[in-house]
Amino acid sequence: MSGDKARDAVGDYRYGFHDPENATIRFDKGLSEKVVRDISELKGEPEWMTSIRVKAYHRFMEMPMPTWGNCDMLNQIDFDSVTYFLRSSKGTENNWDEVPEDIKNTFDRLGIPDAEQKWLGGVTAQYESEAVYHSIREDLEEQGVLFLDMDSGLKQYPEIVKKYFCSVVPASDNKFSALNTAVWSGGSFIYVPKGVHVEMPVQAYFRINAKNMGQFERTLIIADEGSSIHYVEGCTAPTYSTESLHSAVVELIAMDGAKIRYSTVQNWSANVYNLVTKRGVAHSNATIEWVDGNIGSKLTMKYPAVLLRGEGAHAEVISVAYAGKGQHQDAGAKVHHLAPNTTSNILSKSISKNGGRSSYRGMLQVSPKAHSCRSKVVCDALMLDADSQSDTYPTMEVGNSSADLEHEASVSKVSNNQLFYLMSRGHSEEEAMGMIVNGFFEPFTRELPMEYAVELNRLLELEMEGAIG
Amino acid sequence: MGDEVLSIDGLHVSVDGTEIIKGLSLTINLGEIHAIMGRNGSGKSTLANAIMGHPAYEITSGEIKFRGTPLDEMEVFERARAGMFLSFQYPSSIPGVQVGTFLRKSVSAVRGENAPSARDFRKELKGHMEALGMDKSFLGRYVNDGFSGGEKKRLEILQMLLLNPCLALLDETDSGLDIDALRVVSDGINSITPTAGSLVITHYERLLELVKPDFVHVMIDGRIVKTGNADLAGELEAKGYDWLEA
Ligand SMILES: Nc1ncnc2c1ncn2[C@@H]1O[C@H](COP(=O)(O)OP(=O)(O)OP(=O)(O)O)[C@@H](O)[C@H]1O
Ligand SMILES: [Mg+2]
Repeated sequence: MSGDKARDAVGDYRYGFHDPENATIRFDKGLSEKVVRDISELKGEPEWMTSIRVKAYHRFMEMPMPTWGNCDMLNQIDFDSVTYFLRSSKGTENNWDEVPEDIKNTFDRLGIPDAEQKWLGGVTAQYESEAVYHSIREDLEEQGVLFLDMDSGLKQYPEIVKKYFCSVVPASDNKFSALNTAVWSGGSFIYVPKGVHVEMPVQAYFRINAKNMGQFERTLIIADEGSSIHYVEGCTAPTYSTESLHSAVVELIAMDGAKIRYSTVQNWSANVYNLVTKRGVAHSNATIEWVDGNIGSKLTMKYPAVLLRGEGAHAEVISVAYAGKGQHQDAGAKVHHLAPNTTSNILSKSISKNGGRSSYRGMLQVSPKAHSCRSKVVCDALMLDADSQSDTYPTMEVGNSSADLEHEASVSKVSNNQLFYLMSRGHSEEEAMGMIVNGFFEPFTRELPMEYAVELNRLLELEMEGAIG
Repeated sequence: MGDEVLSIDGLHVSVDGTEIIKGLSLTINLGEIHAIMGRNGSGKSTLANAIMGHPAYEITSGEIKFRGTPLDEMEVFERARAGMFLSFQYPSSIPGVQVGTFLRKSVSAVRGENAPSARDFRKELKGHMEALGMDKSFLGRYVNDGFSGGEKKRLEILQMLLLNPCLALLDETDSGLDIDALRVVSDGINSITPTAGSLVITHYERLLELVKPDFVHVMIDGRIVKTGNADLAGELEAKGYDWLEA
């Protein structure tokens, strides 16, 4: 019982099924200014949005690839073979029965309509480039909560979108934010009015079905003074031998005293590049929490960020990454303390197995005028075998000496004594490994809605087992 | 043979190439309690771990049988499911895994089809925990994580009671226990005895006054050098081990 059997087991990906493609509109592969303009025209967007897109397209073309993360994998991306826009449904329905049959079946298999009935305040389901289903509970609507897919948000509330779009993540922030700004489609638009607390989480589910697809959703969440919301997103895709690209931008704005929690369980198939920019601004006494789980994808590069702009603001980033065979999870967190008395907690946990690689990349910045800030960063890595890799790249820029900063990092292995202990209680080696792995992620899992937590635990157990139907 | 729970014949065990158990034979029948005493480092835990199947302990010769079945054919978890239980001298902590969940999963793994319903399990659990003086807040804690020495031992005994083994190997379960807990441990051992055999490793006579072993074995340098009845424990407590050395 060396642990080899359990460690070598490669989990099957149970969301790897795909449906026939029934595109109503499909753009030719490849990117050009014309593609960008066509997307905008097709959507009937205002001129200012078209011009943001076109500028962003040129920025994308000029900007070099990041020189960190995983350059080998990044340079393998063939932008010319990506489909940048694919419409698979006439429109966004608010009744599942109106959603095209095969697409509805997909979401049924993913358990979305069921979850909606049980525990969600609203749901958006995006299939390829656009939302195919959308709903919000009436009571939330009555309180003035806006929850729409981003395309509808732009149509119905252009002044809000115009004010905040690119205000947190400028198009030129990085190559992939430029790409997203040029070709974005779908995503969520949320506005929570002053003092309104949205008690039940709202969920967005992103599904890529077509081969070589590029999904570029754009999400904007504004929580007005003293309000709160919990947004949950999930993502899956079929397993193809060729790559798909998912490059989203998420912007959060938490006004004075507001709270936004954004939870993700990313479970893309192992052929998806997941290159996402997520950033929030927290004003006075506001809180932004990123709860970010990365289980799938080929390469993920994602560092949820918070700008603590107002006095007393707080950031919480809890992330886990699981890197199996052929996967690289390059994830982390960035927190910028820009105002006095701001606080942050970062907890990052990663597991590498079967030659997978996980990296923690973090940035903690305290600006000179931000006195009396506190921050704690904890990074724990668990290695399941000797071929796997884990590395950390923490950066700190501290401009104010009154800051109280803590940083802890650990790398550990599953010990034979732990496995033996669990096995002596009747658990097979795979089950024992599953328990240890789930235990390691527990500080993350307990922050998720129960249904997601159960699903995540099951997923990881299957990863350890490697045999399921 | 019908009553033979454990039989060990000519056992040699090595760790990292060093021989620790150097020819040991022992038979435990149903209803018997055997005690093993011996100096630190004499090989007592090595014996217990080898019986349960720890991968670091290599059996170089000899044979161990559990109820007639040679153990080299059984994986560790199969031994547990077949009714073998080891109470660890140093139980591992499993961060993030809650005691309650762990116990429930272990009971259903070991007792299989005969596992109690959720309701009966809770009742059973509550009864044992009260007897052991364990607060129910333990169920929400992580397995052995940050537990005191005595708390770890209590959790081991709680598991023994829930898993209801037919062979109990207890490696210094009495160490670090207060007198009340010691009584619960001995009650526990006594309660399973009619349907089980036990191997109790201890340094102290006090436990043996409560569980009344049928045999006391003295282990020196990987061998059993003397076997006697319960009185031998008192003699060892008084005289130490020197007089037994060749
Ligand atoms: N995993 C291991 N790796 C290296 N050496 C070991 C290992 N396990 C046991 N040993 C060695 O084997 C010898 C016997 O150890 P063992 O733990 O069996 O003693 P013990 O009789 O249980 O002692 P104690 O009364 O202190 O618990 C010791 O010298 C110990 O250092
Ligand atoms: Mg010992």
